[in-house]
Amino acid sequence: MTLQIDIRHKIGALHLDACFNVDRPGITALFGPSGSGKTTLINAIAGLIRPDHGTITLNDNAVFDRKNNIHLPPRKRRVGYVFQDARLFPHLSVRKNLYFAHRRSPSPLPDSEIDAIITMLGIGGLLSRRPAKLSGGEKQRISLGRALLGNPDILLLDEPLSALDQARKNEILPYLEALRDQRRLPILYVSHAIDEVARLADNMVVMENGQVRASGSVFDILARTDLTALTGQFDTGAVIPATVTGHNKQGGISYLGCAGHQLIVPLLPPSPLDRDAAPDMIANLPPRQTRLHIRARDVMIATTIPDAISANNILPTTIFALTPVTPDGIDVALRLGHNHSNTEKPLTSPVIHARITAWSAQRLDLQLGQQVYAIIKSVTVDGKMRETDA
Amino acid sequence: MMLSPAEIDALMLSLKIAAVAVTGALPLAIAAACLLTFGRFPGRFLIDAIVHLPLILPPVVMGYLLLISFGTRAPIGAWLLHNFDIRLVFSWTGAALAAGIVSFPFQVRAIRIALENIDPGLHQAAETLGAGPVDRFINLTLPLALPGIIAGAITAFSASLGEFGAIITFVSNIPGETRTLPLAIYTAIQTPGGELAAARLAALSIGLALCGLIISEMMMRGIRQKLMGLARP
Repeated sequence: MTLQIDIRHKIGALHLDACFNVDRPGITALFGPSGSGKTTLINAIAGLIRPDHGTITLNDNAVFDRKNNIHLPPRKRRVGYVFQDARLFPHLSVRKNLYFAHRRSPSPLPDSEIDAIITMLGIGGLLSRRPAKLSGGEKQRISLGRALLGNPDILLLDEPLSALDQARKNEILPYLEALRDQRRLPILYVSHAIDEVARLADNMVVMENGQVRASGSVFDILARTDLTALTGQFDTGAVIPATVTGHNKQGGISYLGCAGHQLIVPLLPPSPLDRDAAPDMIANLPPRQTRLHIRARDVMIATTIPDAISANNILPTTIFALTPVTPDGIDVALRLGHNHSNTEKPLTSPVIHARITAWSAQRLDLQLGQQVYAIIKSVTVDGKMRETDA
Repeated sequence: MMLSPAEIDALMLSLKIAAVAVTGALPLAIAAACLLTFGRFPGRFLIDAIVHLPLILPPVVMGYLLLISFGTRAPIGAWLLHNFDIRLVFSWTGAALAAGIVSFPFQVRAIRIALENIDPGLHQAAETLGAGPVDRFINLTLPLALPGIIAGAITAFSASLGEFGAIITFVSNIPGETRTLPLAIYTAIQTPGGELAAARLAALSIGLALCGLIISEMMMRGIRQKLMGLARP
């Protein structure tokens, strides 16, 4: 599955000029402030608007090509669109809403797949209800199911959480994670909330004033200090992939694996999707993928391994960048592991960041390539911050 | 109160004429409402004006216009009589035509308001979910506009029951053929000693109106519940 976009479109004061590809399953976040052209862009992909210039190619089929006068109607594009405001049909039951696209699909999903989606979204108990009787979170889950049941080639999500309060957001996020991990479907996820992007997305496209400012893996983009003006509301730091490898219920801790290193965090609750797991069964849950957000201000640096210290997580790292970010503050980029040469290509090992004062850097005489220890005071797992030295 | 055969005649005739007028005009009213709501073309306001004409013209003028177009010697009337053997003047079908035209704006207005209230976002959603234009019209537009369609039909039905001027001008006042309740009341008032007959017919009209109100209220409630899942525990 590939999506290739190269379009220009003027609408009001916005000049959209976007060129990028999405060529793998997983979530690609379309991130940017309000008015940066994100929704216009996915409306163009869905066929709801007709751009002034350019081409849009889905699976090697041109769905839009201005020069050759191609503009397929939305129903022929095989896109699933989840709108900000759910847009369920008020006169149909939840079941009929869900099956709306399925009935009209040229390649309908088999019943087993449909059952799997309904189970994954936890909406089996709502089927005979009317949309007016549902909560915002339930509506959005059904909207997601309705789009999936049409068996689309790509899923477009337009800020599906922005109309919901924090409790409802937390209710839906695990379903989006399950969707990302269970179904091999490319997802374009429009959002202006960086914490959502950090938690969900694999790749991201940063937009500003209708232009694409940057695109790439979410871990790389969030580590870039030159984009903090855009990604700024986020506590600067690193987002790195990790695995929940095990739990020690007596000790009240869980183990996380990250690029060959181990981190210890307070016992993690079961994921909301493991609803059936009894609390004392947590220890037996299989390893699962997650991602950690480590804020730069929660990382301290030591030049020797500290022995008498309450912190549990002390990782060997190598300094590969020292960037002054404020008059008296320095961002230290640290690659996990010792013995990295400074010319090593990026991406081989995760990078975390530490924010220290210029005075500390001078006192410790930090140098590029130096091997130091990162002391991590807290990490955010599954969207929740965990103090690790308590 | 026992009804006399003449009273039953007038009542049944009124109901028949109103029913035929409303059902006959309904598809056209839906088409006109769609055209006025979704259509973007020059001269739209002209169609809007023509649709609303019966509302602002005196009914007698409507009746006169019908007479000079559908009379047996008038162009359309002569053509209908010659080719299809249809004679509208002095027949109940003519009365239904007059009532249908006079109550047409009520239907169009109610349907139009319902159409304008449909969230265009739902159409976009249906489009991305694979529904073409006809599909969307049948499965989205019509069911969502149903409360408006029914409200319009009820208003138009009442207006048809009460229509006087256009009917008496176009198809005259023939007992058993075109003498509806209002015409029967008028005739009774014109007849010396017809006060009691007029009062009985007026009472009948009031009873009919009350029944109509109650039935329509019940229907609207049922439909709203069915459509929106509201007001149900």
